[in-house]
Order: sequence, then structure tokens, then C-alpha cells
Amino acid sequence: MNLKDDFEGGALDGMKTGQGAALDAELELALRQFKQSVHAWSESALSRPRTVEARKPHRTGRLAAGWALGCVLVAGSVSGGLFEQHHRQELARMAAARAAEQQKLAAAERAREEEELLARVDSDVAREVPSAMEPLARLMAEDESR
Amino acid sequence: MAHEIAADEFSTVVTAHRQQIFRFLLSSTRDIDLAETLTQECFLKAHRNWASFRGESSAMTWLMRIAINLQKDHWRNRRLQFWRQTQNNSVDLDEASEWLPSGESSAEQKLLAQERVGQVWKAVEGLSERQRTVFLLRYVEELELSEIAGSTGLNEGTVKAHLSRALARVRMQLGGKR
Repeated sequence: MNLKDDFEGGALDGMKTGQGAALDAELELALRQFKQSVHAWSESALSRPRTVEARKPHRTGRLAAGWALGCVLVAGSVSGGLFEQHHRQELARMAAARAAEQQKLAAAERAREEEELLARVDSDVAREVPSAMEPLARLMAEDESR
Repeated sequence: MAHEIAADEFSTVVTAHRQQIFRFLLSSTRDIDLAETLTQECFLKAHRNWASFRGESSAMTWLMRIAINLQKDHWRNRRLQFWRQTQNNSVDLDEASEWLPSGESSAEQKLLAQERVGQVWKAVEGLSERQRTVFLLRYVEELELSEIAGSTGLNEGTVKAHLSRALARVRMQLGGKR
């Protein structure tokens, strides 16, 4: 059956008489051009050079990788912050300990100096002041010789 | 003809019908990659089931029937798996209309031809799956009504009815344009 018969009423029973009686040239031309267009497209598609496309990572894989990277970044920044804080606390603790040690040493030094001063004063006083009983003792010694 | 087919014999079948099967699948899907995949599947299936080809119809009709079923299965699977993000590579109607028949010399003729082809694509898009298949087999592949009936599993009367409705739609689309 010729394609043109389709438009001429008899071949397609379902076609209304008005439509099928004389298909205008426009429809016939449109169908012919449509067919030629599809043929041209198909031939071009079949003869196109084939390229191997790099396999794109699956979307869920990308999503998981994104989440993992995000988690690593968050964990890194949190642990970095914690480490920094801990480091500062440790430095402050060491500085306080060092200051306390220095204060302790200074206090000990002061105490030692005071002790030495007192001992020196004691010995100087003992050397310069005469014994309170010395004149009496001298008198008693004179009496006995007499 | 119920026998295994030799490789070289099957190769001849592929060479003879590959272009037509691909063209039909391309016009049905407007997706070059999908059409290529389905064409390969069609010939793979034909090779596996060659023993069941009884030769009652032509090899072309039998292959076209396989292609139509593959295409139906594809759309059914896509509908069922709509929640999956499946890629859709179908070209739009304007892009499909860019392929012009040769021989349109002047720029105006080319433009008019492109517009006409675009109107037909628009009408084809509005057809039901069955009407579209029948229309493409008739007006792109130029199969006989009996061959279309053999490929689609419909009787000739139903094929005529589908063709009539499809033509009316194209006519309406072209009429609306004018």
C-alpha cells in the first residue's frame, strides 16, 4: 500500500472523509520532510565518532565523600581548637609553677639572710657588753688573796 | 527455520537491519545513547532467541517487535523507578528539528522546513505510545500495514485506527500553525 493512499480516504477507515479526502500538500510535505530529517539525524548519529567518557562518580558516592570531607574538616577544626586551648592552659600552668618556685626561693633567701643578720647581731652584742657579775667577781678574788 | 544461527549469518542480519532498528528507536526516544543501547540489546536478544524465530514473518518484522518490546520495558522501568535519579538524555524538539532534509536551498526554505518538521515532532510528542509507534513505523520506516501489525501485535484494523488518529493530530498541529 502506497503511503499516499493513507491520505486519500480509502485506506484508513478511521479517517474522516473531510480529513482523508484530499490531504493537502502541506501535510504530505511535512511528513516527507519529517522522514528525511529523522533519516539524516539517524545517519549522522550512527557515523559519529565514539568517545569513551570517563566514568563519573556515583551521586551517592559523591555525597558520602562530601560528608566524610565535611566531618574531617569539622573534627579537625574542633580538635585543633581543643589542642590550642589545652596548650595555652599548659603554658599558663607552667608559668604559674615557675613563678611559685621563684617566690619560694626568694622567701627562703630572705629567711636565710634574716637569720644570718640576727646571729651577727647576737655575737656583736655578746662581745661588747661586759658581764654583769664581773666587778663583784674581781672583789671576791682580792678578798681571798688577802 | 528454528535453528541456531551462525555468526557470519547473524552478522549479515545485523548489517541489513541495524540502521532501521536504530532509526526507529532514535525517533521513539530522541536519545542517541539510549537508542544505541537498545539496538545492541535488540540484536543480543535476537541472537539468543534465534531458535524461536519461526520465519512466519520477515526478520525485520521480528526484530522490530523485539525493539518495540525493549522500548516499552525501558519506559515501564523508568516509570517504576521514578524516584531514582535516572539520566534523561532526550534531545528537545527544537534540537531534533534541526536535522533538515537535503535539497532545501534557500534560507527561507530551510526555515520553513525546520518549522514543519518541528510541528510534526510536537504532534508526535502528544501521541499515545501506541499511536506514536504506529505513526513512526508507517511514516518514517515506511512499513506496510501488515508489517506494522506483525511488529506491534495489533490487527490491521487497529493499526489503521491508530494511524488515522495520529494523522489527524499532525494535521491539526500543522493547521494550528498556519
